[in-house]
This record gives sequence, structure tokens and C-alpha cells, in this order.
Amino acid sequence: MRNEHLIRLVSLGALLLAWSALSIIMADPEILPSPRSVIQKMGELWATGDLQKHLLDTCFRILWAFSLAMCIGGFLGYFMGRNPLANAWIDPWLIIFLNLPALVLIVLCYLWIGLNEVAAILAVTLNKLPLVMTLIREGARSSSSELRDLAKAYKLPKLKVLRHIILPELLPHIVSAARTGLSMIWKIVLVVEFLGRGTGIGRQIHTQFSIFNITGVLAYSLSFVFFIMLIELLIMQPFERYATRWRQHA
Amino acid sequence: MLEVNVTGKFFGDQKILGACKLKLKPAERISILGPSGVGKSTLLRIISGLDTNFEGVVKCPEKLAFMFQGPNLLAWRTCYQNLLIFHPEVSQTGATQMLEQVGLGDKGFFYPDQLSLGQQRRLALARTFLSPADIILLDEPFTSLDPKLKLEMLTLTRTLLDQSKSTLVHVTHDISESEYLMSNAVELKGNPATLHHQASDE
Repeated sequence: MRNEHLIRLVSLGALLLAWSALSIIMADPEILPSPRSVIQKMGELWATGDLQKHLLDTCFRILWAFSLAMCIGGFLGYFMGRNPLANAWIDPWLIIFLNLPALVLIVLCYLWIGLNEVAAILAVTLNKLPLVMTLIREGARSSSSELRDLAKAYKLPKLKVLRHIILPELLPHIVSAARTGLSMIWKIVLVVEFLGRGTGIGRQIHTQFSIFNITGVLAYSLSFVFFIMLIELLIMQPFERYATRWRQHA
Repeated sequence: MLEVNVTGKFFGDQKILGACKLKLKPAERISILGPSGVGKSTLLRIISGLDTNFEGVVKCPEKLAFMFQGPNLLAWRTCYQNLLIFHPEVSQTGATQMLEQVGLGDKGFFYPDQLSLGQQRRLALARTFLSPADIILLDEPFTSLDPKLKLEMLTLTRTLLDQSKSTLVHVTHDISESEYLMSNAVELKGNPATLHHQASDE
């Protein structure tokens, strides 16, 4: 375990080293700035408050899209998993949305709704929704009929069935939907901002791109990556451990 | 107490159950015997109200306990929770006493995955007998157990039955179980299967 952590750290260090070496060999900070100058740029952006402001805006959009997609997708997916007729009705839509390129959805949302916050959040939500629906549907399908019988025989109230049987049984699927969904949202939210928002990390990358400032692009994107890794480490992983705590005893 | 008058049960076009009449007084025990696949479990599901899609009438007391073929535990809840969720009127002390009786006194805060197979079965038994039910339905809970565990479970079940004085409907293909539980044997046989009140001697 400890050994594995060490390997991970060394591997990360090797990446940084390779980057440094490459930037020295290329000797062209316009094309490949050194890690040092990128970190310096991050510091500058942090000092002016730009970095935090845009990070917060992006975070706000992620939070909205994530919550909406999880709630609506969870509900619809569960409904489809339990009800074959509903599944037959909704499934063709699901397949279309699953195969619709993210870019198409984003552009259409902006064209139809306008270049505003609602369109941006909706575009991200719609991109994530089918994935959540598919995963939760799988979970609902594999739920045990024996436990349902048990609840019925003991006349368990609906709320208790939800709390002690349906949700815990679905939880591993909810966790995997949350994780894969989140990693999808990170990627899409930047594109959405890039194409039609005035703030956010995606917008800043656009600005830096148009003035061909690679240091700026790297500074913004790497800050974003750090931020995501932090969320993964501090929220997603503990949540996953909590959700599967009863299994680790085995 | 319990009044069963089933006249027919169909799966698709196929008639599984024919006339099944059963009348039990309080504290009476019966075992429904029959080969596997004859429809014993189907009949038990009808009696318990789990299956309402049949022809006929069943009058079954509200307060029933059901024991399934498998332990059927909530893997994500502790032993205590596995008992108390289904018996909210019982106190933790009551649950502890029951756990002690089935030999799981120190396992209250364990998750089912931490228990052996035999312990899981005993926890399921504890859940069945925790609060006094008017009628207890056993759906072959002793099949697929090794002989030693089966004997242990049967002895425990009999003790708990004697204590609770509940009515028992027990489904099995093994007549020795019926002897152990001191229940009257009735036979389910034929196609469609019907209930025969004198167990045929072979």
C-alpha cells in the first residue's frame, strides 16, 4: 500500500522532470514554458483574484449540472429499470442522446436558448443525463426481488423500503454514475464556457488561446486539474468508501 | 385463524394450482410436502399475500413472519438493524436477547458479510421470531443446508416455535423436517397440484 503511494509520487515527479527537460531542450518559452514559469503565472493569477473568480464560476456550473443530471437521471433511470413499458418508450430517446456529440448539444442549446447561463448549464446537464440514466437503469434492473418480497411480507412502509432497501442497493450504481458523470462534466463544462460564456476557466483558456499565450493556457488548465483532483480526493473517494463500508469487512 | 380456499393459479396458460383448501386454528402447525417444482412456494406466496394474482379467497392474519429459502439479509445494515428495521416496536434489549438465543449475542454490530453462512441463517431465524407473529411461514429455509447445520436450525426453530405459540405453515420436500417441528403433514401433488390432507404412506 505505502509502496504503491511512493510509486505514484515518483511517477508524477518523473512527469514534471520530463516536462522541465523538454522545455530546456526546446528552449522556447513561447511554445513550451517551464513548469516553474507556469507555476509563477498561477501565482500571479491567484494574486489578482482572477483564478479564484473563474474557478468559482466554473464550479458553480458544475454543481448545478451535476445535481440536475443526478436527480433527473437517477429518477428516470430507476423508473426505466423497473418498468419495461416506460423503458420501451424512453430508450430510443436515450440512444439518440447517448450518441449525439457533446458539441452538437452545446451549439443547439446556445442557438435555441441564447448565450446565457441557463443554456450553458442545460447543455452540460443534457450531455451527462443519458450516462446517469443508463447506469442507474442497470442498477434498478439488477435489484433483488427477494428483498422486495421481504419488505412486502413484513409490510415495511414505503419510506423505509426506499431508505433501507432501494437506495442502499442502488448506491454502488449511484456512486459510479457520480464518478464517471463528474469526470465527463469537467471536460464538457470547459467547452461550454469556451464557446459561449464570459467567465469561467474555459473562457479564460479561450482568451489565452486567442493571444497565443501558452503559459496562460497551461496555468489555467493545470489549476483546474489540481482543483478536480482535490475534489476527487476529498469528496468522491471518501463518499465511495462510505457507500461500500459494509463490503470492506468481508 | 387462517383460511385458504384457492381454486386456481395460472402461469400464462398453464394451471399450476387446483383446489387447495386449508383451515388452521391458532398455534396449529402444518407442513406442506411435495416434490420441488410442484407449486409449494407458489401456494405459500399466495397465503402470505405476496402473490395476489389467483382465483379463490385467502384469509390470513395481518401480522405474519416469513422466512425465505435464502437468508435474505440486508448486507448494508448491521445485525441489529437487520432485526429492528423489520420490527420497529422491539427495543434494542429485545433484539440483543433474541441474538443471544440464536448464538449471535456478540455480533449485533457486525455486518452480514462478516458472519458465516450458518450465522447468517440464524440471523434470518432471529428476524422471523423477533416479535410475536400470528402466523409464521417457512419457505424451505432448511434445504441446501449441510446435515449438521440443518439439524441445528431445526432444533432452534422448534424451540422458538414452542415459545412463540404462533401458527405455522411450513413448506418442504423432506418429511423428517415436519417430524422435527411436530407439524401435521399435508401433501401437495398432481398437475395442476391440489392439497391432500392425509399424507400418503409409501
